[in-house]
Amino acid sequence: MGNLYSSASFMEHNSHPDYKYEMDNPTHSHDGINPSCGDELTLSLRVEDGVIEEAAFTGHGCAISQASADIMADLITGETVEEARRLSALFLGMIRGEELSEDDFEDLDEAAQLKDISHMPARVKCAELAWRTLDGILSA
Amino acid sequence: MIDTENVTCDTCTAPGPAVFDASDEASRAWPRVDIVANPYKADFPLLAQNPQIAFLDSAATAQRPACVLEAQKRFYETMNANPLRGLYSLSVEATEAIAGVRAQIAQLIGAERADEIVFTRNTSESLNIVAQAFAPTVLEPGDEVAITIMEHHSNLIPWQQACRAAGATLVYLYPTKTGRLTDEEIAAKIGPKTKIVAATHVSNVLGVENPVKKLAQAAHAHGAYLVVDGAQSVPHMPVNVADLGADFFAFSAHKALGPMGVGVLWGKMELLQQARPFLTGGEMIDAVTEQDATWAPVPEKFEAGTQDAAGIFATGAALDYLVNQVGYKAVAAREAALVHYAMAQMSQLPYVDIIGSIYWDCHHGVVSFNVRGIHPHDVASIMDMQGVCIRAGHHCAQPLLTWLGVENLACCRMSVAFYNDKHDIDRFLEALDTVWRTFNG
Repeated sequence: MGNLYSSASFMEHNSHPDYKYEMDNPTHSHDGINPSCGDELTLSLRVEDGVIEEAAFTGHGCAISQASADIMADLITGETVEEARRLSALFLGMIRGEELSEDDFEDLDEAAQLKDISHMPARVKCAELAWRTLDGILSA
Repeated sequence: MIDTENVTCDTCTAPGPAVFDASDEASRAWPRVDIVANPYKADFPLLAQNPQIAFLDSAATAQRPACVLEAQKRFYETMNANPLRGLYSLSVEATEAIAGVRAQIAQLIGAERADEIVFTRNTSESLNIVAQAFAPTVLEPGDEVAITIMEHHSNLIPWQQACRAAGATLVYLYPTKTGRLTDEEIAAKIGPKTKIVAATHVSNVLGVENPVKKLAQAAHAHGAYLVVDGAQSVPHMPVNVADLGADFFAFSAHKALGPMGVGVLWGKMELLQQARPFLTGGEMIDAVTEQDATWAPVPEKFEAGTQDAAGIFATGAALDYLVNQVGYKAVAAREAALVHYAMAQMSQLPYVDIIGSIYWDCHHGVVSFNVRGIHPHDVASIMDMQGVCIRAGHHCAQPLLTWLGVENLACCRMSVAFYNDKHDIDRFLEALDTVWRTFNG
């Protein structure tokens, strides 16, 4: 089993997140909680003409939930809502252990390293938190 | 987070320096037990066959010695039949096996009569019987039930429900930040309105032993009843319900080396008789008509349906091993030495905050802690990668963690049993170092 915690880029997303801040004028905002861990997260989006111009989050939680949120915000910024929805479905599928193609992994970019979580069932909810919160916004 | 720098406790010993110093009084009080040698591990198949595992989560569930697994098998191989009902000798044998364990447990915990021992599935079910079947017979609107803030959810939610149903008020006793219930707090919270006091014997988070005898005196002075959650005490210390002054006492087999799915409720006979039935159905009745039924005597009144007879038989083997082969004296000495060693080392680490008392002799097998700036779940996951099993989370004690102000409402917990050794603790300490370096490399 790979060790996410030994990935410098993953740990960097936890310790120095680029997208963890209070957004000034979000068009969408949604809270996500993971009661078993006490992870809490508020995801904010600024969507203009069907494109996610800005994504940011606040909250607290374990390294996996925090880094996953930062990686997600980075990935979806500048993408259309449609594309964000597709990436989210890919990510959640990967976490649940579904087979992904090389192209899919490439599309997920840094988020692909969270694949290891599929071998850590106790931590699946941590990795999913930001993405489920995103789904909550996009499917509303 | 708790201030671990400036706490004093008049009833316990300071941890003293981490290195033994013969001129230091606290050092001389250290437990002197050989924790390098481990004469017990070979008795536990899971531990013996998996040397890569350092199991430090016995407060959640213990490992089982081979004799318990063999007893479970022996029941099914040599005496399997439905107890109580059969008239043939095999069923009689099964019935006698259960009766034997009932008598054994009564003797173990100092109960006057074997029929005061009720078999349940676990501590939660035992406590639910008291809260749902006994409490309604004594609670009136305006009455109070007093519990401590350090209760496990299984000795907390049943009382929330019982109070709501009766229109009674749930009152909390708060310890000092080191986990000590003071006489003042007991006097302030247990009074004329109190009908039931429910308290854990040993906290599953703080590891502290509560002053159960004082709670009993206060409760009885006001005509109230004392319910004791013994899930974390029976595995570690001798219990005598009469000496404690308890009216009800609950524990689980699985934390005391027995199988999962067997619990015990002891209650004073007249109180068990006063309680209503809990579950109804087979084996708990005397006579049934189309519209009515009369109840079997205690304890069968509370034992509807077929019991886990093999599990009960194996519980007898577990308690026999614990009490007669290892012995509480050896258990207590060894666990104290393990906790002492772990805490002495942990207190040297600037990034570890121990939760509760800083004194090792206030921790009965349990040390909860946090690693500064690192979420407990990350701590547990990284330790798991090194084969070190600890618990992380709210430990079924959310009101306690809220009251303590623990960040994320979560903490790490390492808990020991006599079958652990110094090597397990060393591996835990190494893993702690790895956790810290992973985030602060």
